[in-house]
Amino acid sequence: MPTMNMIQALNNALDEKMAQDPDVLVFGEDVGYFGGVFRVTDKLQQKHGLTRCFDTPISEGGIIATAIGMGVYGLRPVAEIQFADYILPAFDQLVSEAARLRYRSGGEFWAPITVRSPYGGGIFGGQTHSQSPEALFAHVTGLKTVIPSNPYDAKGLLIAAIEADDPVLLLEPKRLYNGPFDGRHDRTLGTWAGHPMAEVPEGLYRVPLGQAAIVRPGEDVTVLAYGTMVHVALAGIEDAGVDAELLDLRSIVPLDIDSIVASVKKTGRCVILHEASRFSGFGAELSALVQERCFDHLKAPIDRVTGWDTPYPHAFEWDYFPGPARLATALRRAMEY
Amino acid sequence: MDNLPRLKLHVPEPPARPGDAPNFDYLEIPAAGSVRRPDIAEAEPAMRDLPYALIRVLNETGEAVGPWDPRLSPDILRRGLRAMLLTRLFDERLFRAHRQGKTSFYMKSTGEEAIGAAQALALPPGDMAFLTYRVTSWLHARGYPLTQMMNQLFSNADDPLKGKQLPILFSARDYDFYSLSGNLGSRYGHAVGWAMASAYKGDTRIALAHVGDGTTAEGGFHEALTFASVYRAPCILCVTNNQWAISSFSGLAGSETTTFAAKAIAYGLPGLRVDGNDFLAVWAATQWAAERARTNHGATLVEFFTYRASGHSTSDDPSRYRPLDEAAHWPLGDPIERLKRHLIRLGEWDEARHEALHAELDGAVRAAMKEAEAIGTLGKSKPSVREMFEDVFKEPDWRVIEQRREVGI
Repeated sequence: MPTMNMIQALNNALDEKMAQDPDVLVFGEDVGYFGGVFRVTDKLQQKHGLTRCFDTPISEGGIIATAIGMGVYGLRPVAEIQFADYILPAFDQLVSEAARLRYRSGGEFWAPITVRSPYGGGIFGGQTHSQSPEALFAHVTGLKTVIPSNPYDAKGLLIAAIEADDPVLLLEPKRLYNGPFDGRHDRTLGTWAGHPMAEVPEGLYRVPLGQAAIVRPGEDVTVLAYGTMVHVALAGIEDAGVDAELLDLRSIVPLDIDSIVASVKKTGRCVILHEASRFSGFGAELSALVQERCFDHLKAPIDRVTGWDTPYPHAFEWDYFPGPARLATALRRAMEY
Repeated sequence: MDNLPRLKLHVPEPPARPGDAPNFDYLEIPAAGSVRRPDIAEAEPAMRDLPYALIRVLNETGEAVGPWDPRLSPDILRRGLRAMLLTRLFDERLFRAHRQGKTSFYMKSTGEEAIGAAQALALPPGDMAFLTYRVTSWLHARGYPLTQMMNQLFSNADDPLKGKQLPILFSARDYDFYSLSGNLGSRYGHAVGWAMASAYKGDTRIALAHVGDGTTAEGGFHEALTFASVYRAPCILCVTNNQWAISSFSGLAGSETTTFAAKAIAYGLPGLRVDGNDFLAVWAATQWAAERARTNHGATLVEFFTYRASGHSTSDDPSRYRPLDEAAHWPLGDPIERLKRHLIRLGEWDEARHEALHAELDGAVRAAMKEAEAIGTLGKSKPSVREMFEDVFKEPDWRVIEQRREVGI
């Protein structure tokens, strides 16, 4: 089975899906001839033709509006927003249009679009290349938001997203594109080679939207994470030396509430880890859900380890980034109860 | 102190406010028939006179004149007249129904009925229309059932949109009428995307889109024009310039210094400026733009120059921001009266037939109203509350299922 990094896995998903379904179109800024600034659409234009993978004007609102119109026609467009930081000009299209179309038309119209966008920090990208906007979208009814943490899931989630009849936002943790970054930024980044989740089979397969994965089973505390933070969590758990159960949510909408509840009921403790800033972050929703459903089982307060409530800073990247040390502290604190 | 002139901030104001005499002296209205009709294959740079002209076919005596005369059969003209008159009578009845508390909201398209009626009849079924709330004449021209329309307006048990959408924000897939929305300009780009998809598939269908003059200030308008131009999308992009966006006159969208049709020039698209109260001119411009789109010549921007004779909606009183009798002074007249005069002049219509049509349509609206009222008006009847939880996603997720249970349904 071939080993792929996350870029190759995403590229492979698009390539195979385009080969299988002529209604799948791929477009965005620099995605055509050049193959995307992160190379996710590399050679798709050369292979599938100019009208199937093409460049667009620098117009995020226009890109998503176009995708919606194509979706309404009956195509399955996959639009790239070059950085999630630049998705906000398309916010109205995603929130007021893509997410609401099926509902407001009483089921007459819908737009099965997929929007891919690299997100997250750890690359010294400053505030315009590092943000984690997932909570903004999780709050929008009618929109699905999924976040892979490894090449296998990236391919399977992207294929499932394209085939879904609802609009899906796929946020790609760009820090994981080339290797499973665990937050130990002073060490050399390992590659995906040899990682079990980098074994990516050829051919179409799906990772269902709304199904979490237990990355590490454990008995004492549940750690909820997604994207880059899954790998940071593994490092933090190792540093803390606790028997933690790590759930990779993979999909924040729809959310796999059953797996979360089952795990917290078993361990009695819950620590939530995300890159985005804390206040009204997705961790707030997770914390509320766990409290509502697992209160009688909790032995310790639910804790959140997150980015600080500041814009994403440049020089202070590693002061901001919720690394393994901060998680380890939170895990030890949880175990003291 | 330097001796430079002091800078002055300009805030546009309309020529007349309440209490002033209506003033349209600033408008240049060229004679009907005076604007040339270029070949659809003509290069855009050679057509840059058209965005500043005004395409008119019907003259003051009801004659169809000039190269844009689409030479329609009397039957088509009568169908157009019928759709326009129906729209007006329906609007009047529903506006009253709102005053009686039967619906929460309504918007009339008085004075603008020619636009949707002509386009609905000029374009074949299959072309997709991405319109606005003031183009309901499209639905009337295409024969959308009146009772069904009222059911939507009353949000009753038979509301085709199942109680989910504000009255008048229709969706009618079977009538090529795309879902309306209250946020403006956001669907202009959908028409372009739809048209690009049609082109990609080697289809023959084209898209039609509308915004009002005020919405040309939205980013979505310019994004859509950029995409339409770049990819030569087979679509007709229209701006209904009815002079007013709620209480803001068209000068606040930039009409003091240029026309809306002229926005096309910067995008390399042909721009037509058309008398929107002239059924024949609307038809002819639509047909010309459709032919261009259908033969891979790309998009056209069409400004329909008209006047919003009623208020914006049931929520505003136009006498608070413009002269009460401004509509009566609109120099391009009333679209229904103008088409009627033309048909009479052709010997294909008369006052007695017009009165009979009026009575027939009024009767149809009354009958539909009775039927819809029997199902229920706002608050007296509504779809099953279960519907509130449907269509969020194709399949409900656990949140919706749990919350439905919480409500006890």
